[in-house]
Amino acid sequence: MTVMPAPDEAANTSRTQTRKDKGRPATPEDSAPIMRRVKTKLTSRWATAAAVIIATIWTVPTFGLLVSSIRPAAKQVGPRSDGWWNFFADWDFTFKNYVDVTAAAGSQSANLSQYFVNSLAIVIPVTVFVLVLASMAAYMFAWGNFKGREWAFIIVFALQIIPLQMALIPLLTLFTQVLQIPPGSYTQLWIAHTMFGLPLGIFLLHNFISEIPGEVIEAAKVDGAGHTTIFWRIILPLSVPALASLAIFQFLWVWNDLLVALVFSGGTADVAPITQRLAEISGTRGNRDYLNPAAAFVSIIVPLAVFFGLQRYFVRGLLAGGLKG
Amino acid sequence: MEFLGGKFLQVFIALAVFAALIGLIMLIVDRAPKSVKDKLTIVGFLAPAAILMLVGLVYPAVQTSILAFTNASGQPNGVDNFVWMFTQPEALVTLRNTVIWTVLVPFLSTGFGLAYAVFIDKARGEKVLKALVFMPMAISFVGAGIIWKLVYDYRGPGIEQTGVINALRVMLGMDPKQFLLDAPENTVFLIIVMVWIQTGFAMVILSAAIKGVPMELVEAARLDGANAWEQFRNVTIPGIRGALVVVLTTITIATLKVFDIVRTMTAGNYDTSVVANEMYTQAFRAGEPGRGAALALILFLLVLPIVVYNARVLRQQREIR
Repeated sequence: MTVMPAPDEAANTSRTQTRKDKGRPATPEDSAPIMRRVKTKLTSRWATAAAVIIATIWTVPTFGLLVSSIRPAAKQVGPRSDGWWNFFADWDFTFKNYVDVTAAAGSQSANLSQYFVNSLAIVIPVTVFVLVLASMAAYMFAWGNFKGREWAFIIVFALQIIPLQMALIPLLTLFTQVLQIPPGSYTQLWIAHTMFGLPLGIFLLHNFISEIPGEVIEAAKVDGAGHTTIFWRIILPLSVPALASLAIFQFLWVWNDLLVALVFSGGTADVAPITQRLAEISGTRGNRDYLNPAAAFVSIIVPLAVFFGLQRYFVRGLLAGGLKG
Repeated sequence: MEFLGGKFLQVFIALAVFAALIGLIMLIVDRAPKSVKDKLTIVGFLAPAAILMLVGLVYPAVQTSILAFTNASGQPNGVDNFVWMFTQPEALVTLRNTVIWTVLVPFLSTGFGLAYAVFIDKARGEKVLKALVFMPMAISFVGAGIIWKLVYDYRGPGIEQTGVINALRVMLGMDPKQFLLDAPENTVFLIIVMVWIQTGFAMVILSAAIKGVPMELVEAARLDGANAWEQFRNVTIPGIRGALVVVLTTITIATLKVFDIVRTMTAGNYDTSVVANEMYTQAFRAGEPGRGAALALILFLLVLPIVVYNARVLRQQREIR
């Protein structure tokens, strides 16, 4: 990379070249590259235009939600309502919707701040559980020495495919009737999410951990280190990029989940996550519809922040799972 | 704010118990006598994850498979549930919709994602353009449902429209349309939401793959007189074939399992139901767990060939290594 001139420099040199050649009559050899450059410029301009159009179409829906969420109730529902784009004509905005969905008291309130805390209380332990358990298993699948290792790993890979819906009924019976886990606590959600997160977690981490050079591990063994020391002192520190991307995945996946929450949370403000509450308030049609955009935006703030803040790791995780898989 | 204290305590206790358990495993493995140490290490590292997956995925999957051959009161009824699935009109609509979803979503998402990845390759502001299209990946299906309900919003003709698309239609002199109500095209409007979400995924992976195609190959094709389209068709596409297969299969699996979009936007009404949604409806709403389980089993069988294919590729790769 460093040996090659930067594009700007390269452009400069070619320009000086042309300047030097001035005065000499243009030959076909000279005009061909120029033609080609003009042509690539043109095609790339069309390509950029198409890209901008796609980007706009992809962004407008979310942008519309954001604008709607700060418009007063009367502008959103009822006889005087109009489209969110009229906001740019009247500039009539309010934060009342946000106050209403998060802080307003009373049984009618959306009460989102409680559910917001629930989401965090569910997501954080699950992410820790999956990271630790999956990296332990992935280490053994990559560097352990036992019979049937390959087949066991392929079975784990295939487990990703079992539809969640298939697991829900038997698991709920098991939790409530056999294990007697009390309802109204996070325990059922923590365990269920951890179970469902493990196959993908093991798969992603295995891809990364198996690429760690064998000499590093051999050297540690020669120095007398056991598997536990190697795992905590060498494997985990070296796997930080993969762990970070899996953490983001797991975080987004659990935060955005609705199905597991519907089955295992019981739906009270003590336990249920924000997505479940959002589905409730948006599912009932009525005179409080104007709160939906604000409520939706509160629920997507955290994943969006995680996404924009840690985008690089997120992409890296996708690639580890996608290209090497 | 007193509710915070109790919730914080629960989380703290859970993390402490977990740390204690892991610490105990490590201690046992470390202190074990030499003769059993290796075996104990393997068990200690694998057992927690293995037990959780056996209880949480394998056991339920077996249970559900048995359930698929029972009726509403739990009595075995042979293949009645499958006969129901392939004969009743409402179940057939569900199957038809699932086929439409699994054909359209992977191809549209991959197509848009690929085109976009090519268009923005090395363009100015590539990072920002990427982030904009990738963003829907971070939004929950419930959130996406609300966002798109707003886009598809319908008001009777003559009233000010609040949905973007209907406002455009009225501006162009057309009648406003009830996008989510009119079958069969309403399924396509639900599919658009899924495409909106999955395109970013396809784009990111394909973009990385395109950057991995050796510049010399592209350059050589260009010197041979290939135009932009020929370069793309004959050099780029073969170079990213592996990534294309991964993207198509991953999106296909995600599409087969799609539930939340249909659930939050139409709840499967107006002929929009798909297998994953119908399964939930039958098992948890209609009191027909047998039918729900049968649908789950069908879903599993649909996904199985894709897994077998991927597992084979995986094995080949490991053999090369």
